[in-house]
Amino acid sequence: MGFNQPVVDTSPKVSDEVRKTTCYMCACRCGINVHMKEGKVAYIEGNKDHPVNQGVLCAKGSAGIMQVNAPSRLRAPMKRVGERGSGEFEEITWEEAYDIAMSKLKPIRDEDPSKLAFFTGRDQSQSFTSLWAQGFGTPNYAAHGGFCSVNMAAAGIYTMGGAFWEFGQPDWDHTKMLMIFGVAEDHDSNPIKMGLGKIKARGAKVVGVNPIRSGYNAVADEWVGITPGTDGLFILSMLHCLIKAGKIDLDYLSQFTNAPVLLDETDGGAEEGLFLKDKDGKALVIDRNTGKLAPFDGKGVYPDLTGTHRKAGVTHRTVFHHMIERYMSEEYAPEAVAERCGISAKRIRKLAAELADVAFNQAIELDRPWTDFRGKKHDKMVGRPVSFHSMRGISAHANGFQTCRALHVLQIMLGSVETPGGMRFKPPYPKPATAHPKPHCKVTPGAALDGPHLGFTHGPDDLCLREDGSAARIDKAFTWENPMSSHGMMHMVISNAHAGDPYKIDTLFMYMANMSWNSSMNTSGVIEMLTDKDEDGNYVIPNIIYSDAYSSEMVAYSDLILPDTTYLERHDCISLLDRPICEADAVADAIRWPVVEPDRDVKGFQSALCDLGARLGLPGFVNEDGSQKYEDYADYITNHIRRPGVGPLAGWRVGEDGLQGGRGEVNEAQLDAYIENGGFWMEHVPEDAAYYKPFNMGYQDWAVKMGFFDAVQPYIFQLYVEPMRKFQLAAEGHGERQPPEHLRERIKHTLDPLPIWYSNEPENLADQYPVTALTQRPMAMYHSWGSQNAWLRQIHGHNPLYVPTKIWEQNDFEEGDWAKVVSPHGEIVVPVAHMAALNDNTVWTWNAIGKRKGAWALEENAPETTKGFLLNHLIHELLPANGDGMRWANSDPITGQAAWFDLKVRIEKSDVAGQTLPDFAPQKSPVGKGPKDLAWKLGK
Amino acid sequence: MTTLPTHTEKKLGLVIDLDTCVGCHACVVSCKGWNTENYGAPLSDQDAYGANPSGTFLNRVHSYEVQPEAGPAQLIHFPKSCLHCDDAPCVTVCPTGASYKRVEDGIVLVNEADCIGCGLCAWACPYGARELDQQEGVMKKCTLCVDRIYNENLPEEDRQPACVRTCPAGARHFGDLGDENSDVSKLVAERGGVDLMPEQGTKPVNKYLPPRLKDDYTNTGDIDILAPLLEPVAPDAKGILGWLDKALEKL
Amino acid sequence: MHPAPSIILFTVLSGLGFGLMIFLGLGMPSPTGISAFIWFAIAYILAVGGIISSTFHLGNPKNILKSFSQWRTSWLSREGCLAVATLLVMGIYGAALVFLNMRIPLLGYVGSALALATVYGTSMIYAQLKTVPRWNHPTTSVMFIAYAVSGGALLAGQVSLAVWFLPAAALLQLFIFLTADGRFSAAGSTIASATQLGNIGSVRQFEPPHTGSNYLMKEMIHIVGRKHALKLQIISVVLLFTPVLLLLLPFSHALALVAVLAHVAGVIVARWLFFAQAEHVVGLYYDKR
Ligand SMILES: Nc1nc2c(c(=O)[nH]1)N[C@H]1C(S)=C(S)[C@@H](COP(=O)(O)OP(=O)(O)OC[C@H]3O[C@@H](n4cnc5c(=O)[nH]c(N)nc54)[C@H](O)[C@@H]3O)O[C@H]1N2
Ligand SMILES: Nc1nc2c(c(=O)[nH]1)N[C@H]1C(S)=C(S)[C@@H](COP(=O)(O)OP(=O)(O)OC[C@H]3O[C@@H](n4cnc5c(=O)[nH]c(N)nc54)[C@H](O)[C@@H]3O)O[C@H]1N2
Ligand code: SF4
Ligand code: SF4
Ligand code: SF4
Ligand code: SF4
Ligand code: SF4
Ligand SMILES: [Mo]
Repeated sequence: MGFNQPVVDTSPKVSDEVRKTTCYMCACRCGINVHMKEGKVAYIEGNKDHPVNQGVLCAKGSAGIMQVNAPSRLRAPMKRVGERGSGEFEEITWEEAYDIAMSKLKPIRDEDPSKLAFFTGRDQSQSFTSLWAQGFGTPNYAAHGGFCSVNMAAAGIYTMGGAFWEFGQPDWDHTKMLMIFGVAEDHDSNPIKMGLGKIKARGAKVVGVNPIRSGYNAVADEWVGITPGTDGLFILSMLHCLIKAGKIDLDYLSQFTNAPVLLDETDGGAEEGLFLKDKDGKALVIDRNTGKLAPFDGKGVYPDLTGTHRKAGVTHRTVFHHMIERYMSEEYAPEAVAERCGISAKRIRKLAAELADVAFNQAIELDRPWTDFRGKKHDKMVGRPVSFHSMRGISAHANGFQTCRALHVLQIMLGSVETPGGMRFKPPYPKPATAHPKPHCKVTPGAALDGPHLGFTHGPDDLCLREDGSAARIDKAFTWENPMSSHGMMHMVISNAHAGDPYKIDTLFMYMANMSWNSSMNTSGVIEMLTDKDEDGNYVIPNIIYSDAYSSEMVAYSDLILPDTTYLERHDCISLLDRPICEADAVADAIRWPVVEPDRDVKGFQSALCDLGARLGLPGFVNEDGSQKYEDYADYITNHIRRPGVGPLAGWRVGEDGLQGGRGEVNEAQLDAYIENGGFWMEHVPEDAAYYKPFNMGYQDWAVKMGFFDAVQPYIFQLYVEPMRKFQLAAEGHGERQPPEHLRERIKHTLDPLPIWYSNEPENLADQYPVTALTQRPMAMYHSWGSQNAWLRQIHGHNPLYVPTKIWEQNDFEEGDWAKVVSPHGEIVVPVAHMAALNDNTVWTWNAIGKRKGAWALEENAPETTKGFLLNHLIHELLPANGDGMRWANSDPITGQAAWFDLKVRIEKSDVAGQTLPDFAPQKSPVGKGPKDLAWKLGK
Repeated sequence: MTTLPTHTEKKLGLVIDLDTCVGCHACVVSCKGWNTENYGAPLSDQDAYGANPSGTFLNRVHSYEVQPEAGPAQLIHFPKSCLHCDDAPCVTVCPTGASYKRVEDGIVLVNEADCIGCGLCAWACPYGARELDQQEGVMKKCTLCVDRIYNENLPEEDRQPACVRTCPAGARHFGDLGDENSDVSKLVAERGGVDLMPEQGTKPVNKYLPPRLKDDYTNTGDIDILAPLLEPVAPDAKGILGWLDKALEKL
Repeated sequence: MHPAPSIILFTVLSGLGFGLMIFLGLGMPSPTGISAFIWFAIAYILAVGGIISSTFHLGNPKNILKSFSQWRTSWLSREGCLAVATLLVMGIYGAALVFLNMRIPLLGYVGSALALATVYGTSMIYAQLKTVPRWNHPTTSVMFIAYAVSGGALLAGQVSLAVWFLPAAALLQLFIFLTADGRFSAAGSTIASATQLGNIGSVRQFEPPHTGSNYLMKEMIHIVGRKHALKLQIISVVLLFTPVLLLLLPFSHALALVAVLAHVAGVIVARWLFFAQAEHVVGLYYDKR
């Protein structure tokens, strides 16, 4: 029959124009094609050419159009008119805003720059903001790393010159077995999903180690529902099995790690446990060819793992000797750890055996000749195709640094770091701790700080202490309490500033951090500190200046608001000087540019800093004649020179013969070149430089050419981290700088230069609070900012507490029930839901869904505020008082990383229900409320 | 015209890999984005910033927990959109002819110009693949991105559904399931793709690839096969060092 | 399923209206002149009123005329056509009675047949749906017709017939209440068949796709109200039986009116349950029915 069906236009016009920029719905920084109609954003999709996402886009990225148009966007600078927290503001001009800011900042800088604390949350421009802070002269600068994942970053860098996340990734194309520890989402959101897709398609095996089986762990072929906080023990137990069976890569360990380096064993000596060094300070090994002492990197030297050196009646043995002795000990036998970890001994053995099987029986070889730093030529690249990935699940614990170390050591012992099929670094990493700056804290009124704030300490001399031994920084980073706190400790700023310990500050200047809400521990407490007044009725923290783009909870607690643009309305650069977006096979950086002009009186925060920097006359922000150096951030991005030939962007710089990537002079048209190219620059790593990067001269030379560093700097992996031993020596009484008595024992114990495991349960009162409470990132939400998004909030509008079968039945919970959750610090009332694929003693919820009434331009009865909640109210920045009445920070004793996941709770059925508790009085919305209904369409 | 075509030249559809889907909702939102701006009326949202936000979505990702006889429970993310059934009850019940199945490719569409919004087609669909847009009052459903897959204004490689293009894990595949030599058909054969609710007799075109065998301690990792691998080379640290020397000699 | 008042009214009223037409068509009663006008007015008000109220359920009624086009496949379309045909034929038949005091039997018989068919058409809109096992059953049509015929007889004052039809309808309704619960499971769709994950183990929903609600859940997953099902079932059966008793008492207009009201109330309650108790298989995907 004649089938008369309607005619459909199958080739409608898609858009007037496509503008390519970089997503910032999260920190993964994928490339996006923004389809424009009538000059407005019509549709956003992934950029197929982009190194990060190769065309794919996550839920958040695709919802960008609802973010750029969110009713919660701030409209103009504002000054607080009501009480802090009320949300009552008055819109002002930028000139007024700058005047107010100057009236606070100028005197501070002239008298005592340390009275300013400048902390920058989810900052993607740290090389810029830190330059500003350095110019201002305050020691009190950091971004959010300290409460995020510094354990992962620092452990990786101290051990092998880089970690996972944006530093490194599994060799997705070659790996045959991936073990993924404690990851729900990670920064590398899309690449990890793409990678998992790849290895799944290949039928390679994925093992998920996680108390919770969702997301990545749901697709894992095997799930290890480990007891939280015990990964270190589990890892060291597998290491025990592997060493015992000789299933470790001896050749790799000899040549590329400090396993063969000799340790001073002079009993009680001031150098005990430090490397034996030659006169040039080179660590010494025994050369197997000659049997004699030799510098580890000597030409043609083949270091001996089992070497010994006898001198003055003392036998000095290698790091490897010590490792064997420690990890062969029965305390690491599977039987000894099984119960603690909640993994059977048989299972631990099986997994270790599988690692051995894949690493050694299924080794792969690439026919790529390369030359190492000792001048030795290798005709092929041998790979151990087991790979690991890991994130906050192991790092956000007080034993996280040592656990991350343990994992890195395990990979290295298997010879799977920087080898085919294993874990690969992304340029400009690898970069050893020694190649990073040390922390600086010398304050001079009216002048710049003596150097970069953040860095890597290599011993007591590098700590940021004042003459009297007190902390030089408001967050007490780089002190004996956490000597290796490389990212600072943003989570301590507000409580320390409130307590005036180590000293009082005048102005708290923050950017892009919702510190009165989801990014703070002890949220209710922090709210009190922010609003607390002294006897004369002044706020205890006198001034708070804050830059946000949206009507967040933090806005309400600030005195002066510098409204930022949305990510599609400004210039940004994702620089190699910051957190790079490179992939293992390519170096890349990218920009954002105003694909739409703001329709409000807002300004990119970095541009505002250019203005403020000039008004304050900060070095680097004014010309000789004192005039403003950078008109705005775009100007800075193009014209700033960091080191000869090196600026914020590495693409299309001016060289002898035309434009080039890497080093080069300023190119005035650089941003246009980026826009032309789709918003990013990328250059591929040469084939012979693709693996063994730290030891591979092919890579080293290329890295210098690209400008990652100025001279080749090959190095070996630090299984044994000598700086940690130096802190121990101090604790043992050696050296000038001595720790306070109450910290000696803890330092001796926790700063072990070889990975150890210790429990965090006693100090968290696990005997009375037996259940671990965790959070996970929802893939379709970014912290607090997803909720203002009309599409995303339909997916995650509220969050139940997920409870495992055992606890569900113990409390005979039923669907729709509410529970009271109590921690040593506080109590919340929340809805519960059942989950079977969950560790028996763990409960969890989605992170940062709960909102304060009145925030984010949502109705005050929005589900986020009535059925959504934060665990943060239960987590204190200090641990419960211990024996001697002391309260230690709820942080890793080495890095100061916030120990979010050590939270222990009790849970019981609640008779009250319907409104999550604590519940806060609404804040007034400075931007009004959103429209009732939406039907978004530009076309016709 | 609601009589179903006796035969369609192609059977275009999706193949969804439940072994790989991580449940990220990317497909859900990119679908919302594309179809809000394109085919027919926008997908509206009610009470968008209020107490009961709800809106029209053509693709939603469910998640299920499965408890096997032995072994730990499993969690499976489960995306669901129109399956473009061969025997589509949603089409035949439509009084106006707005609902129809295309002869050339088997795509089931709603011609919004004819739709009275009676909702009967949504009642007739077993899979919950149709949603009546509350603003426009017309029936909405997955169009299989009919305005992308043939779209001459898009580069060749982009002529695929928005959800497929965006899926980070590569868990969504698009193609002609009528042609047994197509990649999708091969994939379905290889992985034993299945129909949802076959008993409803709708003959879905879309297929689902079941999750691979999980937590199988016997196939790869049977300790008895692998045991020799962990055979101690020596009882204690001392012994290991002795063994080491020999091992190192061999290098 | 969501018991939308517009649809409940539509089915109940139009059922009655067309039921009454069945008898008018058969000439029982066979009034003429002004009284004929009143009889037909009642029938038309009920039938047309029902149809009009059903349009309140439409999202986009402006295309209504299109809905007569798909009679080949669509019961909703067929029902529309039949209704219109019935109203036309009955219109002419009635006009003849009112204005010419003339009864054209053949036209009447055709009219009643069409009225009956219309009710059957209505019933098939629901009975055809495999997705709602509770409806997908012959008793659905029988029930709609039973109500039309008994209600019609009652309105038409055919007491001698009504006393048989009414209890029959009530008994049928009772039978449905007693048997329909089993149909969903009998139909064989389960969360396992819906997800095809049953071969791994027992399946339950972990999280709904959205924390926000949606059209499907509002329209097809109606668990509230079911708690009172039993109570309401008893009430409706009692109401459905009351007219019988009343009719057995000596006739009075008051009683007749009460009888009609009781019957209509009974049908409305039964019809509310018809929707509220109906479970759509899509509920399986939400682990709710
Ligand atoms: N319980 C619990 N708490 C946690 C965690 C956890 O796992 N569990 N995770 C912790 C971790 S790792 C982190 S990193 C923190 C993250 O927490 P935050 O650092 O607070 O991050 P966000 O909530 O994303 O928002 C920061 C602020 O940036 C604002 N913003 C968004 N876009 C822009 C912009 O373009 N310009 C400006 N100026 N501002 C913008 C947002 O409106 C928001 O107010 O949370 C921590 N808190
Ligand atoms: N969509 C989305 N992406 C994001 C973010 C977001 O908010 N949304 N935030 C970004 C930020 S700031 C960060 S820091 C990263 C964090 O990325 P992730 O590290 O993935 O962060 P979490 O979601 O906290 O996941 C921690 C995981 O560790 C598990 N876990 C907790 N304790 C333990 C343990 O003791 N052992 C093991 N093995 N596992 C454990 C938890 O179950 C959870 O799965 O994500 C980034 N990416
Ligand atoms: S992962 Fe998603 S949100 Fe983050 S940058 Fe990429 S697309 Fe944007
Ligand atoms: S985008 Fe892909 S991985 Fe994400 S939910 Fe959809 S199908 Fe699953
Ligand atoms: S899935 Fe539902 S809407 Fe789609 S064709 Fe099948 S029956 Fe119709
Ligand atoms: S809602 Fe529209 S498409 Fe669906 S049956 Fe009614 S008229 Fe047809
Ligand atoms: S094919 Fe197109 S319409 Fe259908 S689900 Fe995917 S994106 Fe949505
Ligand atoms: Mo973070």
